[in-house]
Amino acid sequence: MFTPDLIFKVVLILSIFVITLVIAMYSTYGERKIAAFMQDRLGPNRAGIFGILQPLADGVKMFMKEELIPDISNKVLFILGPCLAMTTALMTSVIIPWGSTINIFGSDFSLQVTDLNIGVLYVFAVTSIGVYGIMIGGWASNNKYSLLGALRASSQMISYEIAMGLAIIALIMSTGTLSLKEISAAQSGFHWNIFVQPLGFLIFIICSFAETNRAPFDLPECETELIGGYHTEYSSMKLGFYLFAEYINMFIASAVISTLYFGGYNFPFMNDMGLSSNAITILGVVFLFAKIFFFIFFFMWIRWTIPRFRYDQLMRLGWTVLIPLAIFNILLTGAIIFATNN
Amino acid sequence: MTQFLFYFLSFVAVAAGLMVITAKNPVHSVLYLIIAFFAIAGHYILLNAQFLAIVHIIVYAGAIMVLFLSVIMLLNLNKDNEPAKSNVLKLAAAVAAGLLLVTFTGTLKGTESIIAAQPYDDQIGYVKALGKVLFNDFLLPFEVSALLLLSAIIGAVVLVKHDLK
Repeated sequence: MFTPDLIFKVVLILSIFVITLVIAMYSTYGERKIAAFMQDRLGPNRAGIFGILQPLADGVKMFMKEELIPDISNKVLFILGPCLAMTTALMTSVIIPWGSTINIFGSDFSLQVTDLNIGVLYVFAVTSIGVYGIMIGGWASNNKYSLLGALRASSQMISYEIAMGLAIIALIMSTGTLSLKEISAAQSGFHWNIFVQPLGFLIFIICSFAETNRAPFDLPECETELIGGYHTEYSSMKLGFYLFAEYINMFIASAVISTLYFGGYNFPFMNDMGLSSNAITILGVVFLFAKIFFFIFFFMWIRWTIPRFRYDQLMRLGWTVLIPLAIFNILLTGAIIFATNN
Repeated sequence: MTQFLFYFLSFVAVAAGLMVITAKNPVHSVLYLIIAFFAIAGHYILLNAQFLAIVHIIVYAGAIMVLFLSVIMLLNLNKDNEPAKSNVLKLAAAVAAGLLLVTFTGTLKGTESIIAAQPYDDQIGYVKALGKVLFNDFLLPFEVSALLLLSAIIGAVVLVKHDLK
């Protein structure tokens, strides 16, 4: 029953879960520090040294706040909304290869919870059902601002999913596999997909911003027009769940981008340094997290640099620029594959 | 285990399906329909058809139902402004649905005696096997259905454009 494989899987799942939560927690701190740096302020610096305990203080504040459920809203769906947002945010992490195999006491363990045959499509499916948390919460609040936020979220996500899917198709054409494990392994050393699919990467990262509702695409929660958007009526930890889910999504999106386009756990000259395979694996995990942190920083950098789009601009960008560009990318990839195979 | 999962998923699918037609609120109906879709996707996974399951979730639960939900939310349907249906209409609907049930039962009754033309291949649901079958044995139907979808997209664009002439 308790085979070493099973024990390793359980430990892996739990550690990924904890790491995801801790990174999401400290992303809120990082976000405020980066915002402060860009606006020439100090940022949080009271709780602990450099304000390092700020996320904990925020968490306690969230739990202690008064919990309000509006009278006329649909109670079950109102509670279901943030739960769904959180669950779908956490689901993608199971198929990301966090490292290649590690050798403990003579047997190999893969640092990936499961390698699905459908791989990338699973990421895509989880992204596409991720919108329900926002939609259900926004509708159940029985508030016009929330409803508008929810509607914006749904149409935005559907529009950008198409371009994202088309970008992924071009990537699958050039790698020839759907499995994230094989995609990672094929990028060994410095053969990263970014050099093969630069246009696809550009489309994919723009769509990631839209799918995670991050600025400049944060129209579902646009304060100046919609108060708080879909979470206007939420308070206490339910609001906390929504905000937290956004940071988890950002972390997962960064992990997916690093895996698909930036080599995952691979790093240059990994096979030329004469290291043992365990050392390479551990260094690979470190490099993967370095890439992820860079992309989280990139998400924040964009947020505090570029102003929000207008809604019609957002739709025009999605449908008339990104989708044709993604189709062109598919055609280009197909042409190159055809030319090199002949 | 598989059998238990089969009965559980079937129960969820049928119960959610019943809730779709009995729920008073259209938004609840849509949400139950999404649950039914997930149960059916679970059935596909039990049949080892992972690709079909995931595409089912992406297309139905992830795209079509989101559109349904946003349209219904925009319409703001509720009991007050729902047009009352006459008894004749209700009777006609019941008869039509009953006839459909008879047709389905009649069709499915004989299926047990059908023998598969090829031996069962448990890899067929995987992407690679499916792709080979689609692009080797069924290329023409596959491309024709692609054309069908393309024509639907063009039709939608034409409907939106008012100033074509």
